[in-house]
Amino acid sequence: MADQKTLAEPTGDAPFRRMMRPMEGRLLGGVAQGLATQLRLDPVVIRLAFVLLSVVDGIGAVVYAVLWMVTPRQPHQGQSPARDWSQLAAFTAIGLALLAFGWLTGASQGGIGMLPFAVGGIGALILWQQADPERRRSWMSGAALSIRKNRVRTLLGVMLVVVGAAGFLYSQGELAWQEARPGLLFTVVVVGGLAVIAAPWLAGLWKELQLERRERIRQEERAEVAAMVHDSVLHTLTLIQRVAHDPREVSRLARSQERELRNWLYQPAQDADATLAAAVRRIAAEEEDAHGVPIEVVCVGDIDLDGGGRLGAMLKAARQAMVNAAKYSESPSISVYAEVEGEEVTIFVKDRGKGFDFETVPLDRMGIRQSIIGRMERHGGSARVRTEPGEGTEVMLTMKVEKA
Amino acid sequence: MTRVLIVDDHRLFRSGVRAELGNSIEVVGEAEDVESAVKAIAEHQPDVVLLDVHMPGGGGQEVLRRVLGSGSQVRFLALSVSDAAEDVIGVIRGGARGYVTKNISGKELTDAIRRVADGDAVFSPRLAGFVLDAFASSEAPPIDPELDSLTQREREVLRLIARGYAYKEIAKELFISVKTVETHVSSVLRKLQLSNRHELSRWATARRLV
Repeated sequence: MADQKTLAEPTGDAPFRRMMRPMEGRLLGGVAQGLATQLRLDPVVIRLAFVLLSVVDGIGAVVYAVLWMVTPRQPHQGQSPARDWSQLAAFTAIGLALLAFGWLTGASQGGIGMLPFAVGGIGALILWQQADPERRRSWMSGAALSIRKNRVRTLLGVMLVVVGAAGFLYSQGELAWQEARPGLLFTVVVVGGLAVIAAPWLAGLWKELQLERRERIRQEERAEVAAMVHDSVLHTLTLIQRVAHDPREVSRLARSQERELRNWLYQPAQDADATLAAAVRRIAAEEEDAHGVPIEVVCVGDIDLDGGGRLGAMLKAARQAMVNAAKYSESPSISVYAEVEGEEVTIFVKDRGKGFDFETVPLDRMGIRQSIIGRMERHGGSARVRTEPGEGTEVMLTMKVEKA
Repeated sequence: MTRVLIVDDHRLFRSGVRAELGNSIEVVGEAEDVESAVKAIAEHQPDVVLLDVHMPGGGGQEVLRRVLGSGSQVRFLALSVSDAAEDVIGVIRGGARGYVTKNISGKELTDAIRRVADGDAVFSPRLAGFVLDAFASSEAPPIDPELDSLTQREREVLRLIARGYAYKEIAKELFISVKTVETHVSSVLRKLQLSNRHELSRWATARRLV
């Protein structure tokens, strides 16, 4: 399956690339710059956002660290360029100023309420950052679609977020108020609002994951079928083309391929040495291959083989009967019928060939007298041959067995 | 002249069958899926429909269900590459009057079509084997003794079919007329379609066509 590997190749010139950390013009690790390129924003905006977030319980710093770890560095030739220290100093100053301000006013005391935001936000960012650009676009369009489709839900969500945020800020501003409790309460409201907005999007994500798994299973199954078609069917077709001048060989090849495919499609894996029906089928297949005459096998009932004893002898006799029919009868096809009923096993081998006069068969012909009749009688069974010139031949083998 | 409609999703196979059928049979039309088959049957009213088992849109059983379900008296002969038990028993219980595999010779197929057109049943050796297997003695007592078991004579006829005998040869072997052989086979077909034997129900439920 040569064309499968193209799936894994990166899409080099897609409008969106995977996020990278560029080395040129970085201040710390290049995270902000990479993110800015990814989101098509000015790096300054991202940097300010990071600084601002770092002031509030240090979320920005954590996010930055995590992104630094999970984002690959953009390949860069030569020595790493130096950082722009003056800019870094400026941002640090801003950060310190904000921190001091926050500490003085107490605005940064988000408390435990801020933790869900930190965790959720980092998770979402990682997901976003790792995703394939194609998938990202489909998420976006999916989210946009669901927003359009479900205005009430979105409106409700946005309202909850706004109320929650307003309450949160209010409670933070009013120091006199009973500190953490209302803050926590409004945080819950905010989270609820976000959940309402994000639910369909998350559901879509989940569905997509399921779809992808199913697709993978299907791919595997297809690969198995392809292997079968390639290893055996295509092979046989090639062989057939090569021996096209020999109709006998062509039909033999086609027949054996058909049998193989049929077994693969319809028949459970059978151990040819375990039961009578399986053994009869295997023998018929072998003789069919050897002589190029189709042998139709019908089995009714089944029985375990007794390890080379009576049934083994019977199978040998049946094989000899098939060989005779295929070699001498000139019949276009041979029917084999094996039946197990109670304690009696019967096998019929019938052809519609030219037949013969049983009385005129010379005594030294080993095929029928020794290999079939003699063998059956030695093992306590019996064999009957019905034939007439022009009427075809039928060999009937009977054997008594003790059923376990 | 027997009027026949061929339903098969392989064009190559349809034209092959058309070429093989003798002069006594007139092919009035072809169809390649369930929809077109149902339409063509209603339009041409053929004597016999040669029906493929595996087809897009539900397969031969869906055609049987829709055509026979609407009260039509058209006769069906199933013709398939598959000789899996579920497929064979499935279409027979769906209402087909016979089942032959696609490697059948042109002459045999012509005979089979004529027989189905006359209202008789057509059993391949393999189908006969399945029936013998399904009606073999089992522990479960028959619910309906008339439908759930075969008579001695029916069993003999089926066994000879499984051994590769033609109807004429069976008649000679059992000292009965060909007509009587046909009657026995038709009676087996009826049991096969109506019996509630456990083995048959199992095959039927496997194909969701109880």
